[in-house]
Amino acid sequence: MSTPALRIVAAGPGTTIQDSGRHGYLRFGVTGAGPMDPLAHATANLAVGNAPGASAIEVGLGGLSLATEGGPVTLAIAGAPFTVALDGQKLETPLVLTLEPGAALSLRAGPTGAWCYVAAAGSFALAPVLGSTATHTRSGLGGLDGGPLKAGDRLPLGAAAELGHTAPSRLIAPWLERSLDVVRVVLGPQDDFFAPEVVERFLTQPWILSGRSDRMGYLLEGEPLTHAGGFNIVSDGIAHGAIQVPGEGLPIVQMADRAPTGGYPKIATVIGADLGSFAQLRPGASFRFAAVDIATAVAARRAQAEALARPVERVPLIRTELPSEFLLGLNLVGGVVSAKAPIV
Amino acid sequence: MSPSPESPAPAHSGPRLLDAGETALVAEFGDVVDPVLNDRVLALDAAVTARALPGVRESVPTYRSLMIHYDPLVIDRATLAAEVTALAQAAPAEARRGALWTIPCCYDPEFGEDIATIAASTGLAPDEVVRLHSGARYRLYMYGFAPGYCYLGGLPEAFATVSRRLKPRPPHPPNVVMMAGGLASIATVSMPTGWFLVGRTPERMFSLTRTPTVLLDVGDELMFEPIDRATFDALEARATAGEVVARREPQP
Repeated sequence: MSTPALRIVAAGPGTTIQDSGRHGYLRFGVTGAGPMDPLAHATANLAVGNAPGASAIEVGLGGLSLATEGGPVTLAIAGAPFTVALDGQKLETPLVLTLEPGAALSLRAGPTGAWCYVAAAGSFALAPVLGSTATHTRSGLGGLDGGPLKAGDRLPLGAAAELGHTAPSRLIAPWLERSLDVVRVVLGPQDDFFAPEVVERFLTQPWILSGRSDRMGYLLEGEPLTHAGGFNIVSDGIAHGAIQVPGEGLPIVQMADRAPTGGYPKIATVIGADLGSFAQLRPGASFRFAAVDIATAVAARRAQAEALARPVERVPLIRTELPSEFLLGLNLVGGVVSAKAPIV
Repeated sequence: MSPSPESPAPAHSGPRLLDAGETALVAEFGDVVDPVLNDRVLALDAAVTARALPGVRESVPTYRSLMIHYDPLVIDRATLAAEVTALAQAAPAEARRGALWTIPCCYDPEFGEDIATIAASTGLAPDEVVRLHSGARYRLYMYGFAPGYCYLGGLPEAFATVSRRLKPRPPHPPNVVMMAGGLASIATVSMPTGWFLVGRTPERMFSLTRTPTVLLDVGDELMFEPIDRATFDALEARATAGEVVARREPQP
């Protein structure tokens, strides 16, 4: 039997292959890319026994339809609460299941959230570019051909452990239930380009995510911020989550596909632990920023790392119409299997 | 290193350390485009790279600062800050001597589509624009924006008043040579830009199908050599086949 492969039946414009990102080449102007919601990406990978940063599919609001060729493929789906259907039957996420040849799996955006991840046991056998399969469409690097996934694309699977059939099971991943109202930041590196009362306003007024946002930058709408002096700085480095304030005063949060350097003052930086939940905001969503210190940011990061260090537990899905509270009430939690145990 | 008359920078003028979140530390030496300042950035970059501290992921040199990306669960901020401060004090004030490159550039109107605009705004004749641009020696201060995109200093003073387009122009061809805001650049990837186009080089500043992927080191110098359209086409064909068409000049 040939190695199984996933076949893309249909893909919206924002669906790409992402691993943990392209590291070590920022100094040559090469963008890191990687998942918009690293925590959800890692969760999906760990749930099927992959390394947390393995290649997986990032599904945007345009959705995705999948099939398998050459054998069954076990998949985990985690991230935004997209509507997932297996042969027309709706399934609750996050979940793990085995997709059999001939079956059709679809993901469609739900009422909230922006990015959902599909990881396959064994990940995908793709040739890395500069050490990574992460797709950066603007420079044409990574993925299958440097672009988004499209109908007809075939993703060959990497070697996985002995695989059998896994009945659809819900993943217990409470760390993915995150606040979407408050986004924590560390002030700087250029908060001194703004008067103290402007920094205060940045932290207290509501912001709305613009519809022009994408993997490169999340544009914010609200009362513009004013610079104390000039707004052109001599270009310097840009961290993931850096909040640039261009001349017009409306902030742009630098996301996974950001350029490695840039020339506007950066008033603050979204902390790593909140990058994923922030990325999951939908255009039109309202939120506020809150300033924390480095120690708080590191503690939040450590808590997420510790959650991911434990096996991802599962509960078999009986009927998807039933609310999760009901399923939990059936006392099935005692029967969970570790995602790291052999799949039988 | 003890202070000496030859080292004008006293120990207390080390870089300002700024936080870009909990995973990046910025060592900032100043806020202007200046080769001496950029030398100090590059010297610290070399020292940080050589030190290879666990938890330091990568460093990114820019005009006037070094961004050090790190994993705070492996190395804490205070330890990293102390290391960077010590490395900055010990690093030599001047960086290694950069190489000098000759980069072929076709200034024909088809590629140098903004030369007439630049001539009009500076009061220079179009061929004077080309003569001045190709007569200058530039420094590669940093890469950024896109793979292999070169930010250059050393643009002649005559072009200091050429600012930026009021509106970005549609995507330009790859490998164009541009100017704006007193700086020069070589773009690699087709993108919209607010800069003015003066020519196009057949050389690839970044190519995944060639070794080396990147030709120039940050801190290297370069000059543009005017070529006609026929030469451009010939060199473009050779560069497409993977050949390096820029020249690295021997230096005394």
